[in-house]
Amino acid sequence: MTSVLTISAGLSQPSSTRLLADRLSTAVRGEQGEETAVDVVELRDHAHDITDNLLTGFANQRLRQVLELVDGADGLVLTSPVFTASYSGLFKSFVDVVDPESVRYKPVLLAATGGTERHSLVLEHALRPLLSYLRAQPVPTAVYAASADWGNDTELNQRITRAAGELATAVRTEPERVRTDPFDDPVPFEQLFQDTTAH
Amino acid sequence: MQFGVFTVGDVTPDPTTGRTPTEGERLQAMVTIARKAEEVGLDVFATGEHHNPPFVPSSPTTMLGYIAGLTERLILSTATTLITTNDPVKIAEDFAMLQHMADGRVDLMLGRGNQGPVYPWFGQDIRQGIPLSIENYHLLHRLWREDVVDWQGRFRTPLQGFTSTPRPLDGVPPFVWHGSIRSPEIAEQAAYYGNGFFHNHIFWPKEHTQRMVELYRQRFEHYGHGSADQAVVGLGGQVFMRRNSQDAVAEFRPYFDDAPVYGGGPSLERFMADTPLTVGSPQQVIDRTLSFRDYVGDYQRQLFLIDHAGLPLKTVLEQLDMLGEEVVPVLREEFAARKPDHVPEAPTHESRRAQQQNTGGSAE
Repeated sequence: MTSVLTISAGLSQPSSTRLLADRLSTAVRGEQGEETAVDVVELRDHAHDITDNLLTGFANQRLRQVLELVDGADGLVLTSPVFTASYSGLFKSFVDVVDPESVRYKPVLLAATGGTERHSLVLEHALRPLLSYLRAQPVPTAVYAASADWGNDTELNQRITRAAGELATAVRTEPERVRTDPFDDPVPFEQLFQDTTAH
Repeated sequence: MQFGVFTVGDVTPDPTTGRTPTEGERLQAMVTIARKAEEVGLDVFATGEHHNPPFVPSSPTTMLGYIAGLTERLILSTATTLITTNDPVKIAEDFAMLQHMADGRVDLMLGRGNQGPVYPWFGQDIRQGIPLSIENYHLLHRLWREDVVDWQGRFRTPLQGFTSTPRPLDGVPPFVWHGSIRSPEIAEQAAYYGNGFFHNHIFWPKEHTQRMVELYRQRFEHYGHGSADQAVVGLGGQVFMRRNSQDAVAEFRPYFDDAPVYGGGPSLERFMADTPLTVGSPQQVIDRTLSFRDYVGDYQRQLFLIDHAGLPLKTVLEQLDMLGEEVVPVLREEFAARKPDHVPEAPTHESRRAQQQNTGGSAE
C-alpha cells in the first residue's frame, strides 16, 4: 500500500495551515485511491521533542516515530505558515532533524498559508530551494492559501486538486528506493584501506 | 571484568555556587580522582584529550605518567586519544614511554574527535576523519610491531628506516580500543585488527551502542579472532548516587539542567529514560548496569562518567566511595556469575605478555 505523510507546521489551534493540510490530504487520497494511507502529523505536538533533538543530537522515542513515518512515506505534503518572510522556525527545525536520506528523490507537495497573498512566493523562494537542496522532488504546483482564499472563489480548490494530481502521478511513477544499511552491509576493511591509500 | 572511571576533563562552573575551578584545580582534581579510583578498588582511569576550552587535558600521557608514579595497580587509559590529528609516530612513542614508566599498566582508546576546528588547527581536514583513522592506526600498529619501518602514506611525511623508541615494554604493544558512537567503519576497523571496541554509551540512546557492538562482534568473528561473544567490548555509563534515590535526583538536577551537551534540553527523567544515565540509589545503579549486558552481551570493561557538569570534587569522591564499597563489588560478582568460561577477560599487559610467550610471537 502507498503511504503519503502530511506535515503541518501550523501553531494556532485551530490552524489554517492544518485546514489546508487536511484538504490537501483528502485531495491526495482522492487522486491516489483508497489504497493510499495519508497520515497527518502536527509539528506543534513535537515542538519540544524537536528542540530536544537539536540540543542533544538524537531524536527521542516520540520524535523517532515521526521520523520513521517520513522515511517510510512514498510522498510528502509539507505545509507551513509564513513567518517573517519564510517558513516557520519550527518547520525549519523539523527539516533540520530529518535524515536527508529520508527525503532524497521523494515526491513532495509544498504548501503554505499566510494572512495575505503577498507572501505566496515564499513557496518558490524558500520552500522549493530548501527541498531541492535536499534532493527531494517538489511537484510543479505549490499551494498557497491566504486568509481571503477561505471565503472568495479564488480557485484554491482547483490548485489543491492540480497539486494533488501531480503528487499522485509522481508517487505512482516513483522508482523503488534502494537503501543500503551500512550496518547490514558493512564496507570490508580491505576496501576502507584501499580507499584511503588509493588517493 | 574491569571497572573504572573516564573523564572528559571539562572546566564547568558549579551551577549551585557559580564558582568555576581554575585549570590547575581541575587538573589536580582529575589526579585526585584517579588516585581515589585505585584506593576504592577500581581498575581503570581514562582521560579525554582535548585542544580547546573548556577542556583541560591536552596531554594525556603527561598526566597519566604522573598518576603512574602515584599508583600501583590502576590501569591508565584514554577516552579518547585522537588518532586523526595526532601524529601516529608520536602516539607510538608517548604510549611506549608511558608503558615503561607505568610498568605496563597502560592501554589506550582511539577516537576521531568531534571538535571541528581542532582538525585544521592540527593541519587536517575533518572530512578525512575516517581515512585518517584508518591510515594513522595502520602506521601506529606497525611502529609497535616492526623494529624498523619504511612507510609512505597519504597524510604524513614518509619514513625510511625509522625505529620508534622506546620499543614497547617486553615487546608487547599497548592494547588498543577503538571508540565510536555511530560510525560502522570504526567497528569494522576494531574487528579487523582483533582490537577492543568501546562505546561511550552516555548522552545517546542505547540503540546506537547495541548496533555498533553487534556489528563489531560479527566482524570480529568474520576476521577469525574468535567467536562473536569473545570480542572485547567496553562501555561507558553515567551515574549519580545517593543513599535515597530522591536525594540523588534532587542534588543532581541543577547540574543536569545546566550541563554541557544536554543542558536546557530534555528533563532529567526523560534523559534517564532515553539514555543510559542513572541517577538514584546504589542498588538502582547496580540494576541498570547489569541490564547493559542484555543488549551488548558479556563485556569486559565498564567505565563510569562521574565528574562532569561542574560537580565539586568532594561530591565526586563520595561517588567513588559508593562505587567502590557498594556498587562494583556486587557488579563483579553478578557479571562473573553470568559470564560463560569461553568469554575472555579484558587483555592486560600481563595476559598479553603471557600469550606472546606461549605463542612465541605476536600478542595478537
